[in-house]
Amino acid sequence: MSTPASGLAQIGKSVVIKGELSGSEDLYLDGQVEGSIALKGNSLTVGPNGQVKASIDAKGVVVQGRLEGNIQASDRVDLRKSATVTGDITAQRISIEEGAFLKGKVDIQRSDGK
Amino acid sequence: MSSVSQTFMKLFRGSSGPETVPAQGSPKLTRRSSGLGELSRSWESAENLCVLDLGSTSPANIRHFTEHGHRIYSEDLLTASTDPELLTKDEQGNAILDSRKFLADNLVYPAAHFDVVFCWNLPDYLHESLVKPVVGRLWSVLKPGGMLLAFFHTRDAGPDSPCHRFHIIGADTLEMQKIVLRREARRGPTGAVHTAISDGFQLQRVFNNRHIENLFRDFASIKFFLARDNVREVLVVR
Repeated sequence: MSTPASGLAQIGKSVVIKGELSGSEDLYLDGQVEGSIALKGNSLTVGPNGQVKASIDAKGVVVQGRLEGNIQASDRVDLRKSATVTGDITAQRISIEEGAFLKGKVDIQRSDGK
Repeated sequence: MSSVSQTFMKLFRGSSGPETVPAQGSPKLTRRSSGLGELSRSWESAENLCVLDLGSTSPANIRHFTEHGHRIYSEDLLTASTDPELLTKDEQGNAILDSRKFLADNLVYPAAHFDVVFCWNLPDYLHESLVKPVVGRLWSVLKPGGMLLAFFHTRDAGPDSPCHRFHIIGADTLEMQKIVLRREARRGPTGAVHTAISDGFQLQRVFNNRHIENLFRDFASIKFFLARDNVREVLVVR
């Protein structure tokens, strides 16, 4: 499992947030978030302890924990084997590891129009 | 009640004790599918198909359809049917699953939404109380002319036929992967904690052709393909 790099914005596993989260840097989220997450141009990683009930708008999204909500990614979405995702995913690319759970739609929209 | 529900779920999931083999460790077998082949030919030049996969989340299936420009929905109904909160009793006091609650939480889509539905072996392994309601819901979410593919064991397959996952690897080729029990507690989509979920399901019944025709009686047409591995593939059109 990937661990957060130093210098990366982090929300630890004991942290609980309700509301709108936005930023202009990459974020590693291992706590509980309810609401919405907007990181346009940046990446979000939901760690293995992360429990997220939120819509996500980011450049890239990696999910190792639990997510309820739709994902809108301008680049890539990665669901790791421990991921549990309930929601629709729209991205240019997607990678799903064996063992990941997804309940929802996958819609690949490439920027070259294909 | 908890011991009754545990016994009920044990009978539903299979009586063998849990093993520690992870699902991704079980070998994959290749299988040619006439039903899939016919489906593939029907959508050869189709664009923007809307597909529903009712098996375990399959990266291969998602990749197969998204690479061709289609949208795919993934919904593991067998796993969803193991939610302990579905347990209830009928008028005779027998343990059943609450089909209304199940359909309130699952298969919630607009009417006439899907071009293709992959049921795989779902009807053979799904609890009796859910089979007809699920098929009724699938009829309504399929577009007119939409197609559904399902696999049914024949009597020769035997009562201990293992439940498989299916991965599309070609126009008419599948990989089958036996679902095995694993020691893992995972929180399901409703928040309930499941142990050994989505693994080790037991064959609930063997449909004969007439039962299958009756099950899909609201559909416009039905086609059977008999395979060597004691499986009937059934392709129905809404």
